[in-house]
Amino acid sequence: MKKSTILIKGAKVIDPATNFDAVGDVFIQGDTISRVGNCQGCHADKIIEAKDKIVMPALVDMHVHLREPGREDKETVASGTKAALHGGVTALLAMPNTNPAIDCAKTAELLSQIIKKTAQTEVFICGAITKNREGRELSDIAGLKKNGAIALSDDGSSVDNSELMRKAFKAAKKAGLLVICHCEDKTLSQDGAVNLGFTSTRLGLKGIPKESEYKRLGRDVELAKETGARVHIAHVSCKESVEIIARAKKEKVAISAETAPHYFSLSDQAVLGFDTNAKMNPPLRGKDDVEAVKAALRQGIIDCIASDHAPHTPNEKDIEFERAAFGVIGLETELAAAITELVLPGILSWLELSKLMSYNPAKVLGINKGKLSPGAPADIIIVSPDKEWAVGKERFFSKSKNSCFLGRKLKGEVSCTIHRGEIKWSL
Amino acid sequence: MRWKRKDLLDLESLSPEEIEYILTTAASFKEVTTRQIKKVPALRGKTVVNLFYEPSTRTRISFEVAAKRLSADVINISTEGSSVKKGETLIDTGKNIEALKADIIVVRHSASGAAAMLAQHLKANVINAGDGWHEHPTQALLDIFTLKEKRGKIQGLKVSIIGDIAHSRVARSNIWGMIKLGAKVTLCAPPMLIPPAIEQTGAKVTSDLDEALKDADAINVLRMQFERDGVEAFPKSSEYFKTYGITEERLQKAKKDIIVMHPGPINRGIEMSSEVADGANSAILEQVTNGIAVRMAVLFLVTQAKNEKKHNSH
Repeated sequence: MKKSTILIKGAKVIDPATNFDAVGDVFIQGDTISRVGNCQGCHADKIIEAKDKIVMPALVDMHVHLREPGREDKETVASGTKAALHGGVTALLAMPNTNPAIDCAKTAELLSQIIKKTAQTEVFICGAITKNREGRELSDIAGLKKNGAIALSDDGSSVDNSELMRKAFKAAKKAGLLVICHCEDKTLSQDGAVNLGFTSTRLGLKGIPKESEYKRLGRDVELAKETGARVHIAHVSCKESVEIIARAKKEKVAISAETAPHYFSLSDQAVLGFDTNAKMNPPLRGKDDVEAVKAALRQGIIDCIASDHAPHTPNEKDIEFERAAFGVIGLETELAAAITELVLPGILSWLELSKLMSYNPAKVLGINKGKLSPGAPADIIIVSPDKEWAVGKERFFSKSKNSCFLGRKLKGEVSCTIHRGEIKWSL
Repeated sequence: MRWKRKDLLDLESLSPEEIEYILTTAASFKEVTTRQIKKVPALRGKTVVNLFYEPSTRTRISFEVAAKRLSADVINISTEGSSVKKGETLIDTGKNIEALKADIIVVRHSASGAAAMLAQHLKANVINAGDGWHEHPTQALLDIFTLKEKRGKIQGLKVSIIGDIAHSRVARSNIWGMIKLGAKVTLCAPPMLIPPAIEQTGAKVTSDLDEALKDADAINVLRMQFERDGVEAFPKSSEYFKTYGITEERLQKAKKDIIVMHPGPINRGIEMSSEVADGANSAILEQVTNGIAVRMAVLFLVTQAKNEKKHNSH
């Protein structure tokens, strides 16, 4: 059978794998990128005129809560992956804090089946580090790996027992799996609701000190150094964490890190007025932390941008601030937030953005994504870089609407998402 | 000026002019309370609901008296025996009260931000009667009113707030209100009970009581609650009294005419001696009286904003 072909013409083409950044065409044959640059003479079934648009690899989001199985009222694999395509994401890592938690061969297989039947795009599985994410004994790491897990994390919780974490790092190394660390010392964060500081004082809310994040991060770096495991730090939110990661990288510890768009877009002042959509864990920090995170993205200290997409129903958000659930959705706003806060103000180039949101996360996860080179899978987005849009609930494909960007205007819109050579979303 | 706010949620977001406007309105209502017939028809036909999720006697009664003097109908709801015990959310409770055609909801709640949340979801006027550790605006307004009545102005006065600042909504509202009107505010507490970065409000911080008393024109002494976090440094209330309790002896070093305030209820012998509470410098019972005038003003003003565009403080 003849393969279908698509020709994208006259766009600013970005390939982070080869540092290619020039106006040109992209020719897709079947599910693969066939030519990049001048494609004159290529005859395609479909031609997309993309003058003044950016063509770059689709996003790889390595931190997503799809909530299935267990909390299908918040999100499902089907709804979450539809939201992903809308946001320009064609590959994502699903976090294991579901019900049941993904902590053994059987639960991984259950999730695999759901993905096979309902996912609109590629979903990779992250297994739990400990059984039921309770931090007491290691999960069935071999079974998880056998049934598709490519990483391990107890995300949402930190493994408090340091000896158990050491064992986990060793076991993960042996299995060849990445460990993703949610760094939080609960004895410090306790039942805090916002960043500790003037904001918590003004609002009369219990504060979460930055130490709760970076002290635990320090431990995990030490364990990574000692065991040689491949370790990735989730949702970096503060200056001190950035400093620890920078030091660890200088010492050649096998460590990578991500941050989420809210940590470079908003400070803890967004919580003033008790907006529960500005409540997440770790919490929004001070303005100097926001600046530190931005600088770390520019300097390559933080490797990846991931959404930490955390859907919640109104029942869990439209309640008293201290009782409201932590977390915000992000799949459908992450690219625009990054364009608005990082690219348009000149902090990052398009190439650097593409590395942070596609190439690096794919590399960290060890998957063949995030490239726009001939021979690479045709996972591509077309972006209108200056298109401004208002973030409103009606725009989301996610089942949940708890976005911290609601009411804001963002720039940069995904006009087309191609997954394996197929147009899966277009305006 | 014209009053624009549908709700009174905090003093942090109020302008000095707005605070002055409430005080001026309160002064005219105070005159009403000295008449033989202590009632005006300002809120006749309006319904005020006191929705109290925390036990309170004085604030609730004060709002009740204030509403009645304005000729409003008053309904008191306490969480005991209400559907709150059956798991109804705050917003649902608020919407149900609104559906009963309540005009003003006065809410007291243990969660910071509870009043703001109700205000956001309801068309009814919402008055914050204390939310968690956040704010207690009418208490601060009556403190300021009392002080202003006694000294003529707030500008330039030295006011010390003494006690558990960290867990006090009274302290926060006082800090914002007093500073906006030009007072010099000093906060005095053991270090564990000073919340982080509070000096960014413009208040001075000390843990030395004598320093807080020296030169002070007025002190506002907070109620000490020993079940709170951070009070571990004072295993016994007598220890606290020794270090931070206001006694006549302590006041010897202060200005002779220092004004002593307390939001009540007083723990005699813990934060303040009986001699001070009942002494010549005490304004504590005047505060209670003034509370009615201030709350009449607030109840009245929020209804005046009703036809204006919905206005949230943040």
